[in-house]
Amino acid sequence: MYDFDYHKPSSVADAVKLLSADPDARAISGGQTLLPALKHRLNRPTYLVDLSGIAELRGVKREGDKITVGAMTRHIEVQNSPEVKSAIPALAYMATVIGDIQVRNRGTMGGSVANNDPAADYPSAVLGLGATVVTDKRRIAADDYFQGMFTTALEPGELLVAIEFPIPEKAGYAKMRNPASRYVMAGVFVAKTKDGVRVVVNGAGPGVFRQTDMEQALSANWSPDAVAGIKQASEGLNSDIHGSAEYRAHLVSVMAKRAVTDAG
Amino acid sequence: MPEGLSGQPLRRREDARFLTGAGRYTADLEAPGALHLHVLRSPHAHARVLGIETGAARTMPGVRLVLTGVDLADAGLGPLPCPAVVRTIGPLVVPDRHALARDRVRHVGEPVACVVAETSAEARDAAEAIEVSYDPLPAAVDGRAALAPGAPQVWMQAPGNQAFRFERGDRAAVEAGFACAAHVVSLDLVNQRVHAAPIEPRAAIGRHDAATDSFDLLLSGQSVHNIREQLAGPVLGVPADRVRLSCPDVGGGFGLKNFLFPEHVLVLHAARLLGRPVRWVADGSEEFQAAVHARDLQGTARLALDAEGRFLALHADMAADLGAYCSAFGPGVPTNSISNAMGTVYAVPAVLLEVRGAFTNTLPVDAYRGAGKPEANYMMERLVDAAARRCGFDPVALRRRNLVTAFPHRSAFGITMDSGGFAEALDAVEALADRAGFAARRAESEARGKLRGLGLACFLETARGAPGEWAAVRFADNGLVDLALGTQSNGQGHETSFAQVAADRLGLPFESFRLVQADTALVARGNGHGGARSLHMGGTALVLAIEAVLGRARRLAAHLLQAAPDDLAFAAGRFAVAGTERGVDLPALARAARDPANLPDGMAPGLDAEADNPSDLITFPSGAHVAEVEVDLDTGEVALVRYQAVDDYGNLVNPLLTEGQVQGGLAQGIGQALMERVVYDPDSGQLLSASPMDYALPRASDVPPLPVRFISVPTASNPLGVKGAGQAGAIAAPPTVMLAVLDALAPLGVSALDMPATPERIWKAIHEASGGGARPPA
Repeated sequence: MYDFDYHKPSSVADAVKLLSADPDARAISGGQTLLPALKHRLNRPTYLVDLSGIAELRGVKREGDKITVGAMTRHIEVQNSPEVKSAIPALAYMATVIGDIQVRNRGTMGGSVANNDPAADYPSAVLGLGATVVTDKRRIAADDYFQGMFTTALEPGELLVAIEFPIPEKAGYAKMRNPASRYVMAGVFVAKTKDGVRVVVNGAGPGVFRQTDMEQALSANWSPDAVAGIKQASEGLNSDIHGSAEYRAHLVSVMAKRAVTDAG
Repeated sequence: MPEGLSGQPLRRREDARFLTGAGRYTADLEAPGALHLHVLRSPHAHARVLGIETGAARTMPGVRLVLTGVDLADAGLGPLPCPAVVRTIGPLVVPDRHALARDRVRHVGEPVACVVAETSAEARDAAEAIEVSYDPLPAAVDGRAALAPGAPQVWMQAPGNQAFRFERGDRAAVEAGFACAAHVVSLDLVNQRVHAAPIEPRAAIGRHDAATDSFDLLLSGQSVHNIREQLAGPVLGVPADRVRLSCPDVGGGFGLKNFLFPEHVLVLHAARLLGRPVRWVADGSEEFQAAVHARDLQGTARLALDAEGRFLALHADMAADLGAYCSAFGPGVPTNSISNAMGTVYAVPAVLLEVRGAFTNTLPVDAYRGAGKPEANYMMERLVDAAARRCGFDPVALRRRNLVTAFPHRSAFGITMDSGGFAEALDAVEALADRAGFAARRAESEARGKLRGLGLACFLETARGAPGEWAAVRFADNGLVDLALGTQSNGQGHETSFAQVAADRLGLPFESFRLVQADTALVARGNGHGGARSLHMGGTALVLAIEAVLGRARRLAAHLLQAAPDDLAFAAGRFAVAGTERGVDLPALARAARDPANLPDGMAPGLDAEADNPSDLITFPSGAHVAEVEVDLDTGEVALVRYQAVDDYGNLVNPLLTEGQVQGGLAQGIGQALMERVVYDPDSGQLLSASPMDYALPRASDVPPLPVRFISVPTASNPLGVKGAGQAGAIAAPPTVMLAVLDALAPLGVSALDMPATPERIWKAIHEASGGGARPPA
């Protein structure tokens, strides 16, 4: 770990001011990705802006037909939130299968969505539910937000504040874990909303993406069998020592079927 | 064996310390004034080193020393030796392995330079400022590929990358066996490269005393005397008595910490140059690329059977990847160690083992829990199961037909097994396996979309490690008794088990014993920890030392009680004159023995005694295990749902500790069967499994309950009647679990599968067997 300075602002405005002042400053939320990177000297920020002191970034609320989750809300809080459990049980379930208990007690939804690790869980729910990413400056539709591996629409100095999830008719999630890291090897989030059906794949590709063949099939016939036979093309998918692109493509069909089963 | 504490499942005396965070590990220890050493490592698998620019690093804050290979050469430090003795065909090539590379690097992670600074962060900062100019070369990465024509050359003196050729057995007899066989099975098998991954990484603190030119190395190690032997003369060029090695608590070794490493040399040399203690603690990821790896044996194994299924001959033709250098026992593992166990529990009249050792541009390979025996057992059990499946024999009946049942049994390689409960274990595990109920369990799994398989395997361990051991019993002024042994506990519970042995024999309270180990200043000699040797090698030495103590005590007691020594009876810690109430207890004798006025003529003061156990006898732990797995047809994931061991370790001094050792070994064996694999990029030689993020280690959730039933067939080869238990689990689990996976997949036509049986490999095997489309359960 290299030396760095540390700031702990208590408002979004102060945090944004700090982050805008220096392009090499980094925000830290739960630190589940950044801290290991710092330890391995893979990242050299001038200073860290710790978001954990900003009360307005934390918490879950239900307003009408949407659930708003503050960026600093920890996975364990999503998992245990009565609002999330009743309105979007698939999202609460997803939180229960992120990492391990230590990760869930530290990691935050905003950190996961801002980082956009291709093997993360939350981005698939954000895109799958057609959520809105709220920043200190603007509102970004999920369709415009995710831009590939570790890349998002967030601009330098822009801070993710909250995520608004429309409440779906039904939704489900299934994933297979990487045998070593337990990150996602291939996962599928499915949702049926008033705007239609979405099927989003995570873990298998360089970023989350919608599986439109499966969306069409499920729009016509919402059942596990409707997607089980649909093959995902392997071109462009991730390939590593744990799973080839072909294997991940196969898993997409399996996980889609399980996600629909999970959604009920 | 005396009645008493031996055989009792006592909890470890160490538990309170270990479970409350009070263990003392090398990195925890204070070393006032110590500097920190950081190693700069090669990013290339194979490259010429054109130059190393250290000028900038030397002037950075806190930096006290920067060393390169040239500096070590100028200082006259020798290469790290390879003490392995192997009867090879032609020479064993042992290339010089220097603590820092000189003109060439030969694996990713090879030490190239080191920085010593006031803080660890300063040492790391400065290491980043060292500029090494490399000329990358093509890399040989796989053992078998490295031996093929045209492979990149690792060493000039090893043409074709061949480190050695080894052959053992009667070729003519084996050929005759195959010639008259009714059945022959042949399998291509890979026993993959793995990493022991102890939780505590390697660490060392080096000191040098200029006045006496003596060295002190505190380390996380397993074998202080052997490491000192390799370090003192060959590398440092000083007599062994000027080098002290000691270990505090060690957080797991599994073989990996048996060896002299470059970092040990570096901390001592730096301490000598700087006149201050120098400490080094490996990063977790440093261990994956720069400690040692293990196994990595691949080739063809064949078994010949007659029409009734009797084994006629066994032939293995293997390539062993040694990595870039010969590590201490590296060449001994795939040769001598495998040989001892070839044929395992079965009577195989003719055996031939051929091994070629290969140099590759990878981390050196050396002993890891089992060291050679896992390889011998894996190939044997895979062959036996394949023979049963292909030739229509019941797998248990085929095993039973070929088990050694009469002892002593002399193996084809001339190893004499004195005892074993092979058939008893097989019968017991078959009963526990409930094979009759398996069809119903398989059907129940199928109803949930899972394929169920049952694997049953026998195993033989040939336990000894280095022959010979030393022990001493010393009475302290405060009434405590020190038991000093040349063996070493890395968490196995020796403070408990040796105290049980001593308490029974000396008749003193269990609490009165202290274990002294892992310190060349306090232990005269010994062979440390490794090869499941401690209790039978060290325990025997302890029994001999205790007998010597009691001999002295009897003489003194006779003198004080004015009786003939033979008229004294010793019981419960007291010598008494038969038929009288006159007697004296051992603590009183220990006190009396300090005053020469109390002693008979010619007797030296004190009751302390030491003893050497010169034995080189192997013990033969064995057993039979059964596993059941469920394979998820959709994903290829394996769940180990049931495991049962039936094992013979002779007499058990502490069944609780034995069970724990077996279970720990099983977890590591399950890891090898299902998930662990060191992977280098086949072209670049970059390490792709460089941390637990990519090297899959078993978690608690991967391991089911692991019941162990003991059958105890004592051995007469040592006075305790014990057999080594430390490695057995890691030997038995890989074949047992793999046979269960293969049994699950057999209905789909899958017969070839290598460890680890990862989800993707299983999916591919299913996919290929079904001609492209995954098939539902048969």
